Amino acid sequence: MSETPRDRILARLRNAPRPELPRPPSVPPPTDAPARGERAARLKSRMEAVRAEVHLVPSEAWLDRLKEILAVRKVATLLYAPQTAIGEALRHAWDTDAAGSPELVAYAGPVETFKERLFAVDAAVTAAAGAVADTGALILRPTAEEPRLMSLVPPIHIAVLRAEEIFATLDDAMRAGNWPADMPTNMLLISGPSKTADIELILAFGVHGPKELIVLVLE
Amino acid sequence: MMGTESFEQSAERALADDQLRKNFAFAMGSFIMKRKAVFSDEAETEQLRARGQAIKQRALSRLPELLEELEANCARNGIRVHWAETPAVANRIVLDIVNAHSATGVIKGKSMVSEEMHLNAYLAAHGVEPIETDLGEFIIQLNGETPSHIIVPAIHKNKSQIAQIFHEKLPGTPYTEEVAELNAIARRTLRRRFYEAAVGVSGVNFAVAETGTLCLVENEGNGRMCTTLPTVHIAVMGLEKVVEKLEDLPPLLRLLTGSATGQLVTTYVNLITSPRRPGEKDGPQEVHLVILDNGRSRIYADPQLRQTLQCVRCGTCLNHCPVYTRIGGHAYGFVYPGPIGKILNPQVEGLEKAAPLITASSLCGACEEVCPVKIPITALLRRLRDESYSRAPTSAVPGHGCRSSLAERLAWQGWVLVNTRPWLNRMMNAVLGAIGDFLPPVGPLERWMRFREEPKFAGRSLHRRLKKEGVADE
Amino acid sequence: MTPESPRPSRVYFFGTCLVDSFYPEAGLAAIRLIEREGVRVIFPRGQSCCGQPAYNSGFPEEARTVARRQIRAFHEEIPIVVPSGSCAGMMKHHYPTLFAGAAEQAEAERFAARVFEWSEFMVRVLGVRLEDRGQPLKVTWHTSCHALREMRVIEDSKSLIRQLSNVELVELERERECCGFGGTFAVKHPAISGAMVYDKVEDILATGAPRVIAGDCGCLLNITGAIAHRELPVSGQHLAEFIWERIHDGD
Repeated sequence: MSETPRDRILARLRNAPRPELPRPPSVPPPTDAPARGERAARLKSRMEAVRAEVHLVPSEAWLDRLKEILAVRKVATLLYAPQTAIGEALRHAWDTDAAGSPELVAYAGPVETFKERLFAVDAAVTAAAGAVADTGALILRPTAEEPRLMSLVPPIHIAVLRAEEIFATLDDAMRAGNWPADMPTNMLLISGPSKTADIELILAFGVHGPKELIVLVLE
Repeated sequence: MMGTESFEQSAERALADDQLRKNFAFAMGSFIMKRKAVFSDEAETEQLRARGQAIKQRALSRLPELLEELEANCARNGIRVHWAETPAVANRIVLDIVNAHSATGVIKGKSMVSEEMHLNAYLAAHGVEPIETDLGEFIIQLNGETPSHIIVPAIHKNKSQIAQIFHEKLPGTPYTEEVAELNAIARRTLRRRFYEAAVGVSGVNFAVAETGTLCLVENEGNGRMCTTLPTVHIAVMGLEKVVEKLEDLPPLLRLLTGSATGQLVTTYVNLITSPRRPGEKDGPQEVHLVILDNGRSRIYADPQLRQTLQCVRCGTCLNHCPVYTRIGGHAYGFVYPGPIGKILNPQVEGLEKAAPLITASSLCGACEEVCPVKIPITALLRRLRDESYSRAPTSAVPGHGCRSSLAERLAWQGWVLVNTRPWLNRMMNAVLGAIGDFLPPVGPLERWMRFREEPKFAGRSLHRRLKKEGVADE
Repeated sequence: MTPESPRPSRVYFFGTCLVDSFYPEAGLAAIRLIEREGVRVIFPRGQSCCGQPAYNSGFPEEARTVARRQIRAFHEEIPIVVPSGSCAGMMKHHYPTLFAGAAEQAEAERFAARVFEWSEFMVRVLGVRLEDRGQPLKVTWHTSCHALREMRVIEDSKSLIRQLSNVELVELERERECCGFGGTFAVKHPAISGAMVYDKVEDILATGAPRVIAGDCGCLLNITGAIAHRELPVSGQHLAEFIWERIHDGD
């Protein structure tokens, strides 16, 4: 059996001296880890510092707030995921009264056929699977029903989050969700609209990802 | 590489470029402040750095097992793993995948490993257009340059220089120095490329063995575009990027992000575990991981030099380096500039080529003071200096002994003599005290005097004064 | 404010090769200031250089040969006081590495444990009190990289200056930046070193202080040489010499 590059690389690594190493030092919990009652406020302040827009709304009022947000921005087409809880709520609300509201566009098929529409919609709304308060980031778990590109391509991304799913730290979120047991195709942390400082370190928002990130935190 | 220009010449040229020095002085000062702000609690920061060091050292101590575990989990998830000992092999692997899909271009996220591979030049030479999508890389690609910094590749350019590049190289683009407009131009131009691309290439910040997950961080969204839209995603990484577990990510992300840009978290943290699964509507159909060696396994074999592989490519050593701040990234003439470049390039490319880099440091230690994974950069630089003179038969470092010269050996032996024979020492001091002012300005003295007055030898040394004063010697 | 370590009756003094050849006055002042506190100073005549130039340049064997001399010359178990953060750092932090695995390892470690940088010794062991007799003067402080990062004595040094009631200490804006000396670095890479010392002098000028005080003679040679080259009205002085003059109504 002939040797492959893999064999040779691993052989070189295995032949190297192996010093014993201790386990990493145990780390005490961070002193400013936000307590449960403060997490929504901490998330809001962290995310707003990087130009996300965060609304703390009572859970029964989120659809009305969403409609206001869309109206202010004159959003004409809203990409959504019909087979999710949010999607069903939207469909129901729009069926009841869609006056003045944008057209709901479903992510109808694979991106290969949907691409042109995807790049043309004004905004998209997705759930957030949770959030991390200390650094200020949403956790997104795209699924077959709520694909990845929804939170990337349209210039406006609206994320809906339940306040009780805000964790103090990323460590907490990983432990609570037992992430290693079941990693999805793609998982994302999103902390704000896309940005760059590549030109003279001058911060500019809205590069290739969404120009606006709006978060609805349902309390 | 700078062609036939020596390091010293490149450095002098950079030092004479006022605009370059201003651009870098401003940017590096800014990075230093931002890092300080986000790591304001000294005790907490030291703890975090120790944790980062321990995580990387533990992962390195298990490197072969972790690479096998990573490969097994990636394969189980549907990610195809390829192994490349050299850049040439890695480039071939990428090209073969591109050709298999008859793609004529690839969109690229920022990747220093791809620079190390000289991937862009290779692809272009084989009829495949590499399209850089990170704004800084996009700018320098338009201008035919290489990155001058690990994190902000175009930092050597100011607004007006960038405006000029866009105006000249992008057809139909008016001259504008408005940053918002420059960004909008880049967004428009690249959006079409994202839309059309069949193959996307990216680097990897951390590869998690436990789950077979690739972790990528970015602020612009171009990385997600490159790793989600095209049918094929090819990730390239150095073999030292593997970490043991998902739980290693939070402290490493905090360290990397805070050190690189002074942020608490990047806009996006992208965790990729598999290609598109049945029923999913987007994501690449194929995901490939190319693991590159290129000398890392040789570096790994030396327990001291292995610490070089702890690097997470944050760039903060560059930001704090008084040499880098003044000469910028291009003057180094190698893929990796700054302190990490000084220890990495010689070990990968050999000491003969990279020898000037290892002496171009005052060993001030500003770099290792901030390194998030506590690489002892000055100790490794000293080690490489030892190796460059070493006349041992074998060495961990290619090109060892390349600097060895009789003249220098004799000079240091003379220094030993003077410093081990008190009578000789006294005589030297007496002689220099008398004639020191009249020494001809040649060699080291001439170089000293380019920027300073010559040092004045004391008429009578401290030894003589104390003998006269009657200070005890026992 | 009480001294942190027990006060010895006798100490060694390691002059350093640069003080020996270029700044003997600084060495004398440093010794006298210790003696003034009632501590006897011993200066072994066999001393020369700490070995750092060879150690940093890729000649560890040669460094060891010279370092061994110093270890033997300072053989008694009493503190060794060094008027240089750079040389103190070499002896305290690098001798153990230099002799790791060698026959002298234990001896080198015991030696290293006895090393004090001069201002650290004056403040933390002797708890010195200074009475300023000089005229009002503005100064700025330059720290060597080793004093800052290895010996960590910058606050000790500055606290001595701050005890002088007629002296105004204005800190450098880029206090943590290297002056560009780096031993052989200055002559191996003259243009880069020259640019660094140029910027350091600019930083000094920006304070408006007519004098820069430093604890390391390598830095002093570098900085004062660059100042003289540009014919600027700023002088440089070692901390010990400065303090000796101030408490004897110098200036």
